[in-house]
Amino acid sequence: MKGKFIDNLPKIYGLYTGGFAAFIILMAIAEQAGMTAKTIGIMFVAFTVFIYALIGWLSRTVQVDAYYVAGRQVPTVFNGMATAADWMSGASFVAMAGGIYFGGYTYMAFLVGWTGGYILVSSLLAPYLRKFGCYTVPDFIGTRYGGNLARFCAVVVLVLASFTYVTAQINATGTIASRALGVPFELGVWVGLISILMCSMLGGMRAVTWTQVAQYIVLIVAYLLPVFWMGAKLGNPFPHLMLGDEVARLGELEAQFGLVKNAAADLKAAGVPGGLSSISNSHAGVPAGGMAAWKFISLVICMMVGTASLPHILMRYFTTPSVKSARKSVAWSLFFIFLLYSSAPMLATLSKLQLMDPNLATSIIGKSIADVQAIQWVQDWTAAKQVFIADFNGDGILQLNEWFMRTGVVVLATPEVAGLPYVISGLVAAGGMAAAMSTADGLVLAIANALSHDLYFKIIDPKADVQKRLIVARALLIVIGAAGAFVASMRLTSILGAVAWAFDFAMSGLFFPLVLGVWWKKATRQGAIAGMIGGLTAGTAYLIYVGPKFMAQTPWLGIDHLRFGIIGAPVCLILMVIVSMMTYKNDAEAKAISAMLDETRIPVGKTVLGQK
Amino acid sequence: MSNKEKHWDKTRGLMFITLALWFFFGYVIFMFGESLNSASFLGYPLAYYMCAQGSLLAFVIILFWFANKQEAIDEEFGFAEREDN
Repeated sequence: MKGKFIDNLPKIYGLYTGGFAAFIILMAIAEQAGMTAKTIGIMFVAFTVFIYALIGWLSRTVQVDAYYVAGRQVPTVFNGMATAADWMSGASFVAMAGGIYFGGYTYMAFLVGWTGGYILVSSLLAPYLRKFGCYTVPDFIGTRYGGNLARFCAVVVLVLASFTYVTAQINATGTIASRALGVPFELGVWVGLISILMCSMLGGMRAVTWTQVAQYIVLIVAYLLPVFWMGAKLGNPFPHLMLGDEVARLGELEAQFGLVKNAAADLKAAGVPGGLSSISNSHAGVPAGGMAAWKFISLVICMMVGTASLPHILMRYFTTPSVKSARKSVAWSLFFIFLLYSSAPMLATLSKLQLMDPNLATSIIGKSIADVQAIQWVQDWTAAKQVFIADFNGDGILQLNEWFMRTGVVVLATPEVAGLPYVISGLVAAGGMAAAMSTADGLVLAIANALSHDLYFKIIDPKADVQKRLIVARALLIVIGAAGAFVASMRLTSILGAVAWAFDFAMSGLFFPLVLGVWWKKATRQGAIAGMIGGLTAGTAYLIYVGPKFMAQTPWLGIDHLRFGIIGAPVCLILMVIVSMMTYKNDAEAKAISAMLDETRIPVGKTVLGQK
Repeated sequence: MSNKEKHWDKTRGLMFITLALWFFFGYVIFMFGESLNSASFLGYPLAYYMCAQGSLLAFVIILFWFANKQEAIDEEFGFAEREDN
């Protein structure tokens, strides 16, 4: 029965994609027939969430292997899609194009950082962790180094990093759910949470895997369709290869309108709502000087190394049928991520040009403010406090520095700005919901699994039977989800800040213990423990030192609160190497570890844990 | 040297080559972003192109290349997995 399901995957998801396309067409017809924009939005979100919940229910399981690692039989390409959905969060989907829109080249460090990390995943970690045969990332640390303390430290880092991340995701789900369904944000957060739990609770990793594949299909269609449509409207049917002139044109327009940074006092006087920005960075220009290059590169380092230490990503490669397919699966994951990430700069370019180029009917910069305020989408988004107009110089003409938007609006409002039918806006809302839900699913599951498997089963009650373990796992899922939703509803940090912090926490505490655990036989338990505690402490201390909401001190060498992993990870490495060298003894335990690693390093044969 | 050691030697070699390529496309290029931007590719300024698309595409290609190379190494030393594994 199960084997039959795996064999039929292409057909099943082919049908699913066809069904989704039919649904989009149906909505387009309904729009022509006079269905309101609001109903279309509700239909899109409700329909897709219902499908995910259905998949979650169909994938329910009572087997440990299926619950923790989807039975280790997820085919390569499908695991790639699931990982891509797991990876691309609400922030990637909703905020990335907006970040590029406002930040230009400087912001695109995130694009490089969030893709290049997969090379570390594939060459240093994923195949070996798959051969090891663990259920969770702390499971590897605990078995490789031995002892409950090492396992416990890994659980702490995992929970800290993943929980920081998950609050940002639940925040994004809440934002989209509240907009699409027309309910308050605080309620939207709980609606989002229930949708997330429906996907993961009954079937664990197996359910999350199959919903993530479905979510990937929705989010990629929702992202690419508007980009290609808009490109075609402007005469560039394949925007990725054809926007050179548009990028150059933006440079001309920036020179014409001028890039002005508004003074904080002016913003306050005009009453610009917090979190809204105006365009003040060059789109494609590289900022001059070594410091700017270092800031770019240091952000890339943090995001790449963080990628290779985030447990919800690493654990996706525990689900493939073989070591070989784990490696190929990493490549496919990045391919599927590339489809969206390479489109984000194009979306930013097209959307910026639509607003700025006076030759286009959609442009608003340089027009009279009264005319701009009469445009329907400007009115709608102003009412939602997502865009704002401030006539600083009082000339009645909209200057570039007088137009403010929230970053998320760039993706969500672009279909309306470009004059695409509302059905596309509904589709984009469903895509954003899919992106935020799929990442939150993976994260909540990573935390609950670490707590139920490593803390409860391995440390507290090793005699617990399968049924009890799975009940604990599910109960934890609800508790963690609820805690995440509770923190998210308080809106402590921005989505981007929380995401970057998660990467920094993970790289400070986990990267070197994982990598050296595979690549250095002489790494010892004491070394790993010292590294995890020291790295995490140093990183966190530095975060508190520079964090704008904490002590807000001047960063050293431009290492600000988004980059504190640059401090944590080296501390972790140095401590780990020194302590390992001091404590390494060529005894029976070291020989056993050496033999275990020899086994880990060859793909063939049973998993290391499976041989015990 | 045993078969396992030779296999690991080659595996490690491949890892270092892969990381060298990664370092080039992830870092070296962007150390010279300012000067690269005066060149152009497909009509885009080069540094802009590399961080919008070029490096990303390079990473995808490197990953497929790496997976195939490593499979060949596993094959060579008899550590390749059978399909029914």
